[in-house]
Amino acid sequence: MNELVSAVPWLGKRNPMAARWLIIIIALVAPLIAWQFGRSWVRILDFALLYMMLALGLNLVVGFAGLLDLGYIAFYAVGAYAFAFLASPHFDVHMPFWIVLPLAAGFAALAGIMLGFPVLRLRGDYLAIVTLGFGEIVRIFLLNLNYPINITNGPQGINMIDPINLFGWDLSRNLQITENFSINSLFLYYYFFLLCVAGSILFVQRLQISRIGRAWAAMRDDELAAKAIGINTRNMKLLAFSLGATFGGVAGALFGAFQGFVSPESFSLMESIAVLTMVVFGGMGNIAGAIVGAFVLALLPEILRDVAVPMQQTLFGTVILDPEVLRMLLLSLAMILMMLLRPSGLIPARARYAHAENMKREGAQ
Amino acid sequence: MITLLEARNIGKRFGGLHALTEVSLTIHKGEVYGLIGPNGAGKTTFFNVLTGSYTPDGGEFVFNGSELPSGKPHKIVGRGIARTFQNIRLFRDLTALENVMAGHHIRTKAGVWGVLTQNRFTREEERLTTQRANELLDYVGIGHFAEVVSKNLSYGDQRRLEIARALATEPQLLALDEPAAGMNATETGQLKLLIEQIRRDGITVMLIEHDVKLVMGLCDRVAVLDFGKKIAEDIPTVVQKDEAVIAAYLGGGKHAD
Repeated sequence: MNELVSAVPWLGKRNPMAARWLIIIIALVAPLIAWQFGRSWVRILDFALLYMMLALGLNLVVGFAGLLDLGYIAFYAVGAYAFAFLASPHFDVHMPFWIVLPLAAGFAALAGIMLGFPVLRLRGDYLAIVTLGFGEIVRIFLLNLNYPINITNGPQGINMIDPINLFGWDLSRNLQITENFSINSLFLYYYFFLLCVAGSILFVQRLQISRIGRAWAAMRDDELAAKAIGINTRNMKLLAFSLGATFGGVAGALFGAFQGFVSPESFSLMESIAVLTMVVFGGMGNIAGAIVGAFVLALLPEILRDVAVPMQQTLFGTVILDPEVLRMLLLSLAMILMMLLRPSGLIPARARYAHAENMKREGAQ
Repeated sequence: MITLLEARNIGKRFGGLHALTEVSLTIHKGEVYGLIGPNGAGKTTFFNVLTGSYTPDGGEFVFNGSELPSGKPHKIVGRGIARTFQNIRLFRDLTALENVMAGHHIRTKAGVWGVLTQNRFTREEERLTTQRANELLDYVGIGHFAEVVSKNLSYGDQRRLEIARALATEPQLLALDEPAAGMNATETGQLKLLIEQIRRDGITVMLIEHDVKLVMGLCDRVAVLDFGKKIAEDIPTVVQKDEAVIAAYLGGGKHAD
């Protein structure tokens, strides 16, 4: 949270307490504002929160441990399909949410270790290529495992996935408060996802400021020196892959349950790249960067879709550039501008790896 | 005298190049042991084999009475051997303090569960790690730079930081690879004092160095490597007069014919 607080422009440094409350209020009020523009905007915010979880998890792998992973979306897929298998009419299994979620996370972690082992000796470009391949392998498996035995239902995907059910409270139904006042299900999901993101931030922050976070940072900065001070780089890499994958798996499970439908096309290479872009765009290796990057880049295409079409119609009378094309164009432009103007990301804060309160030295200064 | 480290017939080849041939030497507890020799003599290779970066092609190390595992750097650090590098290798984006804290990794235990729950054990361990790291920074004389990102430190301070990081692993044997390289006379003098202090505090030091004055003034015993072979091992004043050593450094002798 502290990193996020100090990333608030102007206020963050002057009055951290106020900045903290500002963030909390924005997070709580955001869906109410979005609701004014239409219910689809609340849905978009829900997805933005899922992307934040993904970005936080990928940031763990890429930003902290320095392992460039281009197939991260595979873990999202594993989580989503694990949920779909265990809670949908597809196999006619309907396990409760609190059992499926940890299972999905566990499967994703396992997938992370499975990816981690063969790539232990690889770095940089080579690692990127293999992870990219891994992501595609998972997607192609999902696409084709409907024959000879139908496991994944192929390109049709799996439908009618059970919604999130918290101890008998079904989040997919509007919460009826009084007879003519109810809270829309999208809000329920929003606040639940918000809670998950807050938990993720807490976890990631705790990992960062610990012997594990420091070992990752050491490995990232100089692997040989990390070995020479006694860091077991093999275990630390596997840990980074599996923990990063866990975040992906949880986000995937939530995604499956929220959307009620999963299909392989949600897990394409472009999605991996999108999440990586969020991490890089925000500022690699720091939590605030991942959050802001995910928020901006998840919202940008939707805003574009909403603005670009009517604007072109009023200006030119017809739609010249499809919003989807425009999105890639603007995204690339944004990336180029970032590289030129802010090469270390929107929020280039240096991540801390030691507790501030421990650091106050007696007698110093 | 108690033997701390014994190298027995260590050999290492890179293709057809014999980087080390049957090198045997013995380091006693509490001494400063110099390893010298011309460029390419195999000094750094010896360090790399000792600390597990390379696996030897032959021979073994006996440390504190039992054999060292070969090719497992983290286990060797765990047994109590720490090293620094010829070309400084710090964690450049971490502060001086965080560098030293990272060095303490192997002596701490907190796992993922402890870290996520921040239980009392983990918090206490973290506090002790920070405290110890601060002490070590003061010990090598850069305590006031604790919060400086290590890549922004001056060259001499980076050298000191690397020593502090190595000390954080709580070694019994500290292996320094050319610690005075690139230092001026004042800095070398301070380094000498630091190494003497480390020795007084009970840590055995092994030293690769080109600065002859430093080696002669500091080391209890010196071994000379040339073309991967040990050609002399004795107290500095004797080694200095050894004909084979003089030949190795100045040319001539047996390699000239």
